Amino acid sequence: MLGFTIREISLAFREGRISPSELCRKCLNHIKETRHLNAYITVTEELALKQAEESEGRFLRGAPKGPLDGIPFAVKDNFCTENIETTCASRMLKGYRPPFNATVVQKLLDQGAVLLGKTNLDEFAMGAGSTDSAFGPVRNPWSYSDTYRDQSRAEPDSDWVITGGSSGGSAAAVASLSSFLALGSDTGGSTRNPAALCGIVGLKPTYGLLSRHGLIPLVNSMDVPGILTRSVHDAATVLGVLQGLDVKDSTTIYHPAPHNDLPDDIDIRKVCIGIPKEYHAPGLSRETVSQWSHVADLFERAGATVREVSLPHTQYSIVCYHVLCTAEVASNMARFDGLEYGHRSAVSSSTEALYATTRHEGFNDVVRGRILSGNYFLLKRNYQHYFVKAQQVRRLIADDFAQVFGSGVDVLLTPTTLSDATRYSDFIQEDNHTRSMQEDVFTQPVNIAGLPAVSVPAALSQRGLPISLQLIGRALQDRKLLTVAKWLEQQLAFPQIQLGGLEARGGGRSLGVSQREQTSVA
Amino acid sequence: MASFTLRNLFSRLRNPRPLHRCGVYRSAREDRLSSKQTLTWCRWSHETTSIPHEKQNSHFHNSKVPQTPTWEPVSEDHLPPPTQVPLDLVDKLERLALVDFRNQDAVACLEKAIRFADQLHVVNTEGVEPMDSVLEDRALYLRDDCVVEGGCAEELLQLSKNTVEEYFVAPPGNIPLPQRDERTAMLKDSELKLKF
Repeated sequence: MLGFTIREISLAFREGRISPSELCRKCLNHIKETRHLNAYITVTEELALKQAEESEGRFLRGAPKGPLDGIPFAVKDNFCTENIETTCASRMLKGYRPPFNATVVQKLLDQGAVLLGKTNLDEFAMGAGSTDSAFGPVRNPWSYSDTYRDQSRAEPDSDWVITGGSSGGSAAAVASLSSFLALGSDTGGSTRNPAALCGIVGLKPTYGLLSRHGLIPLVNSMDVPGILTRSVHDAATVLGVLQGLDVKDSTTIYHPAPHNDLPDDIDIRKVCIGIPKEYHAPGLSRETVSQWSHVADLFERAGATVREVSLPHTQYSIVCYHVLCTAEVASNMARFDGLEYGHRSAVSSSTEALYATTRHEGFNDVVRGRILSGNYFLLKRNYQHYFVKAQQVRRLIADDFAQVFGSGVDVLLTPTTLSDATRYSDFIQEDNHTRSMQEDVFTQPVNIAGLPAVSVPAALSQRGLPISLQLIGRALQDRKLLTVAKWLEQQLAFPQIQLGGLEARGGGRSLGVSQREQTSVA
Repeated sequence: MASFTLRNLFSRLRNPRPLHRCGVYRSAREDRLSSKQTLTWCRWSHETTSIPHEKQNSHFHNSKVPQTPTWEPVSEDHLPPPTQVPLDLVDKLERLALVDFRNQDAVACLEKAIRFADQLHVVNTEGVEPMDSVLEDRALYLRDDCVVEGGCAEELLQLSKNTVEEYFVAPPGNIPLPQRDERTAMLKDSELKLKF
């Protein structure tokens, strides 16, 4: 049952085939069996069992709260959780126990969902591999899948592949079947990138639809909470629960939540799909181009209009993102000074010395590097030349999207990443800046423009690893976007992970994985 | 910055491996064309799209999906001269940011970040209004300016490592950071203490 979707497990609860407590124990066991993936920083075992018991009581009384009651979930460790350590995978916040819950976490708890733990990430969400964490790198569960092991001759512990990032722990938790849902964050692709490499659904909602209150900020003008699930239907369910105005975040916007589920029977004929030609960037893998073409064919054959479109400033988007990101990081990271919370250095010769040593000890090289770059771009002499210039380019990028959507396109179809997951040993050959600049090339334009986007797994590569595609929608048309994504998911029938390599490693057992939700109409 | 030589670049071209090297480097072909022209941000991979079309027979092809890259990285020719970060600026940034560069590599990293950002100047933005927020076109919610929460001083003070009564304790203020050498020694020393 661990391989079920939220929709299936919720039905199983209602039919009494499994209880929330039983499922919670299975998940906690499975977290232990998959510990080597390093997906979780904190596992909240006792609390989870208590919440599951409460949920069980509601089911026994015949009064469950809704579609998420009793559903185990995990939260990226940059969302504040009341009295539960929240570290941002940094030494700077080791031991920090916030006195409040992030709004999105609170909403899930209010719905009776069961919190399993906090997931690993690149320190302060700065990275695209989940390899730069104070708690060590996250391993992609597909490294231990039958499909990858079959073609790899090396030992799993030497040739494992990265999850992508920065929400790699959340993606690994959902992909390895230890959690049914995970929250990530998405500033430049941090939810979609690991979802793509781990073969799950990763949704970046419209900016402002979900509250950022309690999400420790990276880039305020681009951050959104992200949703990681095993099906598009589940992502839409969770979005419906989480969206809405929050008095604690003045950048949230009111948009009524739908009252019904996404339809199962979808007519794609009235949909116009745009293929932005600039998304064939240098370095795009042959297999990804092939899948991109294949999916364009699927839409075309089903009667959707498919046409090539142009987003002429795409190439400069990553550059614009780089400047705006480091500038906002420089400003946001100023709060970590050792005085009020978090790590504090023992140096006490002066306040300035305390600040400098605390931040020296607390931040890794990547975070310090971005703070320094941001400070450079914000210097009085550089402000116009770099920061304001980037803000101008930002408008050009947003305008590109507006023009394409204004011309009648409903949804854009693009790759999510350049290729399937890279081996860890290859990935760490290059520095974080370079890697982020490559990995975010298709994902960050959407954050710059504030649009919704979802990554959907399409197929397995010759290496036996997931290849995913991205759909981009109009602002606040998240539901329409998800409807198209669900149709696509139905056509593709992406295979369920088989963790044979995990058993071979001695840590696993048969998962008794059921068939994935089969809604295929083909 | 260009971390590998022409010789090992050649060997990589002859024997491509799934490396994901990136950065500003000079390709062999371009070196023949122009000694100045350098590619920025490309990616070496064993399965990039430059393979012949006949090998793609088993693969899908849709006429709307471009089969080759539609743009090239900005060439060095179009960029302003590279910025050098002098020592006094390093010092200034360290004082402003209250983080240190640690070593010369970190300074090179900043220079690389500036070089990357220089690509912005290829874009014509004359008369374009800067964009702060994607929500600029709508009225955002403002709550009434009155206290709705409070009485949590104890809770917040508990999060601090050093408090006295209702105060956060800071070491003596108005003392500038020490000079660079002394500062480096101070940071090294604090790091050692942290480890033991």
